[in-house]
Amino acid sequence: MPKDGGIGASTKRREDVRFLTGTGRYTDDINLPGQAYVHFVRSDVAHGRIRSIDPSTAEGMPGVLKVFTSKDFEAAGGIPCGWQITSRDGSVMQEPKHPILAEGVVRHVGDPIAAIVAKSREQARDAAEALEIDIEELPAVMNMREALKDGAPQVHDSLDSNLCFDWGFVEENREAVDTAIREAAHVTTLELVNNRLIANPMEPRVAIGAYDMAADSHTLYTTSQNPHVIRLLMGAFVLNIPEHKLRVVAPDVGGGFGSKIYHYAEEAFCTYAAKVLRRPVKWTSSRSEAFMSDAHGRDHVTKIELALDADHNFTALRTETHANMGAYLSTFAPAVPTWLHGTLMAGNYRTPLVYVNVKAVFTNTVPVDAYRGAGRPEATFQLERVVDKAARELGIDPVELRRKNFITEFPYATPVAVEYDTGDYHATLDKVLEISDWAGFDARLEKSRARGKLRGIGLAHYIEACGIAPSNLVGQLGARAGLFESATVRVNATGGITVMTGSHSHGQGHATTFAQVVADMIGIDASQVEISHGDTANTPMGMGTYGSRSIAVGGSAMVKATEKIIAKARKIAAHMLEASADDIELKDGAFTVAGTDKSLNWGDVTLAAYVPHNYPLDEIEPGLEETAFYDPANFTFPSGAYVCEVEVDPETGKVEVQGFAAADDFGNVINPMIVEGQVQGGLAQGIGQALLEACAYDDDGQLLSASYMDYAMPRAYDFPMFKVDSSCRTPCTHNPLGVKGCGEAGAIGSPPAVVNAVIDALHRAGHEIPHIDMPMTPNRVWSAIHGGAGPDKDGETMEERSVGA
Amino acid sequence: MTKVTMNVNGRSRSGEVEGRTLLVQFLRETLSMTGTHVGCDTSQCGACVVHVDGQAVKSCTMLALEADGAEVTTIEGMTNADGSLGVIQQAFQDYHGLQCGFCTPGMVMSAKALLAENPKPSEEEIREYLEGNICRCTGYHNIVKAIMAASGQQVEPVAAE
Repeated sequence: MPKDGGIGASTKRREDVRFLTGTGRYTDDINLPGQAYVHFVRSDVAHGRIRSIDPSTAEGMPGVLKVFTSKDFEAAGGIPCGWQITSRDGSVMQEPKHPILAEGVVRHVGDPIAAIVAKSREQARDAAEALEIDIEELPAVMNMREALKDGAPQVHDSLDSNLCFDWGFVEENREAVDTAIREAAHVTTLELVNNRLIANPMEPRVAIGAYDMAADSHTLYTTSQNPHVIRLLMGAFVLNIPEHKLRVVAPDVGGGFGSKIYHYAEEAFCTYAAKVLRRPVKWTSSRSEAFMSDAHGRDHVTKIELALDADHNFTALRTETHANMGAYLSTFAPAVPTWLHGTLMAGNYRTPLVYVNVKAVFTNTVPVDAYRGAGRPEATFQLERVVDKAARELGIDPVELRRKNFITEFPYATPVAVEYDTGDYHATLDKVLEISDWAGFDARLEKSRARGKLRGIGLAHYIEACGIAPSNLVGQLGARAGLFESATVRVNATGGITVMTGSHSHGQGHATTFAQVVADMIGIDASQVEISHGDTANTPMGMGTYGSRSIAVGGSAMVKATEKIIAKARKIAAHMLEASADDIELKDGAFTVAGTDKSLNWGDVTLAAYVPHNYPLDEIEPGLEETAFYDPANFTFPSGAYVCEVEVDPETGKVEVQGFAAADDFGNVINPMIVEGQVQGGLAQGIGQALLEACAYDDDGQLLSASYMDYAMPRAYDFPMFKVDSSCRTPCTHNPLGVKGCGEAGAIGSPPAVVNAVIDALHRAGHEIPHIDMPMTPNRVWSAIHGGAGPDKDGETMEERSVGA
Repeated sequence: MTKVTMNVNGRSRSGEVEGRTLLVQFLRETLSMTGTHVGCDTSQCGACVVHVDGQAVKSCTMLALEADGAEVTTIEGMTNADGSLGVIQQAFQDYHGLQCGFCTPGMVMSAKALLAENPKPSEEEIREYLEGNICRCTGYHNIVKAIMAASGQQVEPVAAE
């Protein structure tokens, strides 16, 4: 292993130094000469017809360069959707146009109506106050079931209804599932809400458009998880700019969690306006603006039924979900409740028959798309809740019910069209029971009782599909993109290496871990390897970072490119050492003729590649630079077992997480420190979903949770120290590193563990509560304990107004 | 426009500001010191924490004019004289107390203020003190560990290899 850390080392992160000294380069830190500033004027009603916009006063305000409306974008396309779903009846989904600026109708609070560009941010904002917009407010629809009723307000007049699609999976199993449930010895049914969330990376979105008149080329600096995807979508579908005339740069990005995957209207606006105005145009989102313009997450309403035979084997599973799309289709929105959700409904279990129905619905809310986990948390939550409920109804141990139904042989083809390559679910379960001290719970329970507190313990197991994805497969499933990844490994003459990857790091530490891999393969120090990402001008076309795919797909591309480098370097070394390439061994950065002491250092060979005096020029080209594109053969399937322990104050309903243990199987691990950090962060988001976070709208479509005063972001005091273990490892069989991906697991496995723990606490105290929806606020828990009427007797407090419920 | 002068990280810095210019805008836009970040508009997130005359302040809640004549310390002023990471900064790296890095300047500045008033804080005291600093990446786990380590207290090492 390289002395400064190879594969498996908890190498400290090299990117930390700039972040810790204030020398990072985030998009808002970039200022271009002569840049102007845009302020978007957004709808303050959920649904309305724009009668008129009078820009004359605003146009005359100091510093104002131009007021843009939809008229300025008549030649532009709409913001495209990257995935098409086909309904049960064979029809394709309804796909309304998503304009850059509203075309006559606004469809959610925050929908951009006009954009004012001025010489300063303050001037643009001042002019916005003077822009006269007359809007006729229309009835809005927020609730998904209401939206599907006859006579409901229509989000898009151009569509047949508010139903985007009605998806069945696997449709051929439908009748068999119905029969199995009808004939089962026991059926457990649960209705639940997966609460709407807002991703809230700490860096708000920013876009800066620039136009080079001499070269007739555009540059967009943007807070993106996937700059090449933005270049392709915006260039080809929105602004008609060929890719060789469009550079997209995503520099340091302050977190994403999914919300920075999508192509947003503000990016297209700034790119376009920079050409119109012949000067750079910058937009920096305020946090309030982010709440109503970043894509939201989750928002599913589900009924799930689990059938069991007399021996407690799972025999069938049926779920019906309403999934909120919001007012327009965001980039990957249709994939989330379908292929990222339905395919995971088998979970870790041998359930032979599964049927998933999803109705996707338009409402007058911000578009909903992938948020950390994306479909998989929704699948895991309902499954692990219904399994727990079944155990309770049958009076058996929830641990044993899971064990009895675990898949134990791999590869395993599920009834929902995926094949798990490896896993060992008993191992992760054993591990989490050990590190959570499950056996010692009773003693802790007694101590809590002595303090007048209720105490509960909850278990959840999860499976997820990561490393998205085989392009030919996702193409069949409706993806309008390939999902490969790329890397160029450039070896310099003196042996240092620059790796240009299509993956994007926005907190994941690729600069460190990717260098560990390449250094380990060659046997040089990791400090000899630099990772470059985030700029379409100097990286090969890549699909970016989401779905826990970077190491599994991007890392594999890098391995493939490095293998090409090593193969070529071996030939060069063979020539120089006057031996056969087959006899050349590479170890610790030295090429040696097997069985001899004839050896060359890495630097000797790389120098020869660029100073090819003694070189087989008739056989191989000079230089040492290779590119690889890697398209995975399958998804990867990380899995794990999580245990949450809570204390509930029966006087207030407040839930306190007393302990949380996670045992994950991510296959091989490159940097355990970073992997554990990813899990810890995911746990905080999952526990946040379970106990604190809710995106709330009122009945008129006003976004109530539109600031950190109102949206309950988890704070440090909301958590205990976590126990995180990734020592259970069944390597992935189909990628070269044997890795599975770790970015989303924490957010996927934790919500059901928390809810199971709270329900357990209530049951142990004699409160036979079947379920409490997330977030389990003190009000909801207190109300459940005290029979319905909470402290707020008039019904729902703000945090309880889940949109879909 | 009014001229303000303040001592930032040991250097006298001046600039012209409007009455409404916030201290964070002055730092980021007038002085081009972009280490201090803006993560919200309601003074909740703490990404903009700096020290003004020794007190931790959210620089989005203070007008630049109010800091006229003040001693201001920002994340750019936290390294040792030789440019190496200061004790708190080093602990954040050693214990993986940051991921995307956006909240980090505020976290480090808050940690510095905490340790100035409470040199050996308990885990609970650290968690309570960070009420005004939001991190979305780390789950706070390693931030808490880093601050404990920076205060000279024993903490478990990062992940075993």
